[in-house]
Amino acid sequence: MSELRFAHVINRALDDALARDPAVVLMGEDIGRAGGSFAVTRGLMEKHGRSRVIDMPISENAIAGMAVGLALSGYKPVVEIMFMDFIALAMDAVVNQAAKLHFMFGGQSAVPLVIRTQHGGGLNAGPQHSQCLEAWFAHVPGLKVVCPATLEDAYALMQASIDDPNPVLFIEHKALYAMKGVLPSPLPTARLGEAKIIRSGSDLTIVAYGSMVHKALAAARALENEGVSAEVIDLRTIQPWDETIVLESLSRTHRLVVAHEAVEAFGVGAEIAARMAHVGFDELDGPIVRVGGAFMPVPFGRGLEAAYLPGEAQIIKAARASYG
Amino acid sequence: MSLGEPEATALAQSGKVANSRMTKLAELFGRMLLIREAERMVGVLFADGEIPGFIHLSDGQEAISVGVMASMTERDTISSTHRGHGHALAKGLSLERFYKELMGKADGACKGRGGSMHVADLSVGMLGANGIVGGGVAIAVGSGLAQKLKGEGTIAASFFGDGALAEGVFHESLNIASLMQIPVLFVCENNGWSEFSPTSTQIIFSLKDLAAAHKIDYLGVDGSDLEEVSEAAAELVGAIRCDSRPRVLECFTVRARGHYEGDPQRYRSSGAAPVDPLVTARAMLETSGASVRALDQLAERARVEVAAAIETARRSVEPTLQSAAEEVYARGPAR
Repeated sequence: MSELRFAHVINRALDDALARDPAVVLMGEDIGRAGGSFAVTRGLMEKHGRSRVIDMPISENAIAGMAVGLALSGYKPVVEIMFMDFIALAMDAVVNQAAKLHFMFGGQSAVPLVIRTQHGGGLNAGPQHSQCLEAWFAHVPGLKVVCPATLEDAYALMQASIDDPNPVLFIEHKALYAMKGVLPSPLPTARLGEAKIIRSGSDLTIVAYGSMVHKALAAARALENEGVSAEVIDLRTIQPWDETIVLESLSRTHRLVVAHEAVEAFGVGAEIAARMAHVGFDELDGPIVRVGGAFMPVPFGRGLEAAYLPGEAQIIKAARASYG
Repeated sequence: MSLGEPEATALAQSGKVANSRMTKLAELFGRMLLIREAERMVGVLFADGEIPGFIHLSDGQEAISVGVMASMTERDTISSTHRGHGHALAKGLSLERFYKELMGKADGACKGRGGSMHVADLSVGMLGANGIVGGGVAIAVGSGLAQKLKGEGTIAASFFGDGALAEGVFHESLNIASLMQIPVLFVCENNGWSEFSPTSTQIIFSLKDLAAAHKIDYLGVDGSDLEEVSEAAAELVGAIRCDSRPRVLECFTVRARGHYEGDPQRYRSSGAAPVDPLVTARAMLETSGASVRALDQLAERARVEVAAAIETARRSVEPTLQSAAEEVYARGPAR
């Protein structure tokens, strides 16, 4: 079995979706002729044609609004927003239109659309090309938010997102695009809203998603040397998130760290910590500790960005802090 | 909407208007009467507290809804605005489901979750009123693209006011529709007001020039004149079906009432009463030989239908919060 990169797997998932479902269309800036700014959609326009893989002008609001119109008219658009930062330009279409219409029209129509975008730092892209804004969308009833960490999930969660009747934000971490691995055969499947324990442990639960999952695994290996057995949960879907599996894990380990690259304040980790402090209160043997970005825009310079990005060291520190 | 058809036919047969064009115009006049009466009663029910929320009436703009929709079928789609009652009723939303929705009832068009500003009926291609100025424009362009991809000759129309001309998404949408040759009719209801401000204080360009800049054919008409609107719409819709390119129809019209019901309109000086498209249409029909009695019957029929729909809506029940909670997300496969 040949090795693939994460970006190739997304490409394969989109390719397969286009092939199996005539209602699927891709839309975005530079996704066709140019093949995508991270080459994720390379070759798809040539293979599936210009009416299935549609190059759009730099008009995020209209692109997202059009996707809503397509979704109401029998299609399943998969939109690419080149950088997650740019979705700020499409917020009306995403938040006021896509998220609301199924509910607001009394269930007359589903709004099956996927917005693919990529977030995160690590490429010195600076404050307007590096943000992790997933908490914005997890806060809006009607939207789903997905963030894969592995090649297997990049494929399986993409298929599940396209098949879902709701608007889904599908968030890829730009630093994972080059990650190599093998896509299993038969091809993997997944359901939105189900997390996965990817490392078993007995002393501490670390919940993470996206690229932070890999940093959590590294931290867990390091903690082993300190005699701490850390369990790692890959959240996979942020909205809805898998409260059951997190609570079940906490009930065994009695300590919880929640880690993400996004700014810590008012983030996804805050929601998980608050819920577990409530429903898991009796299970806790120490404070729930969050790991997240400092409360500042993502800085550009090599040294600055490296110092800013939370990683293995911060998770290890948080694990120690969870012992109180 | 079937209102007025028997009367219109009788009217045509009774007088000197025995030709299909006049029969059609009489039928459209009946629809205008229905919308006017429906909205008059919305205002009454709002004032009495039976309809809650924010209400924006389209008095004076009935010829546009009716005149444009006369060239569209149920399979064509429209997106609408916060002032969308006329669009919804002209596109085919039933009066009963309309009133039930505005009263917030369980069996309203949107199960009481949308109300006046978000009323929709996808079964007749009405993709929703919209509480966001300009919010429906790109949705119509996307629906138009869907129809182009399907290749069935159907089109989309976007209704918006002159206030929406200042929204960025409108400019994005014109460019994309023209660039990608999307079959969509942009219908501007230019009533001169951007909410509480005269549009002349908000917009520096003309829509005609903007359409030209985007290489889109444009027609400007008197939006108070049913004949003019319906003829222009027929021409543009026919052209769109033919070449799958967008068109712009600007209807110069009036906002007879305030921005919203209850608007004290302190920003507005009292002037001459605006032109009433119903008076214009009736005079045109009378001049063409329609009997006064037949035209009066159309008005009476509208009152009876509206009153009956309101009575039915009143008997309907309130939705439960649980039923709303169950539809935050759609279930099952995407289709």
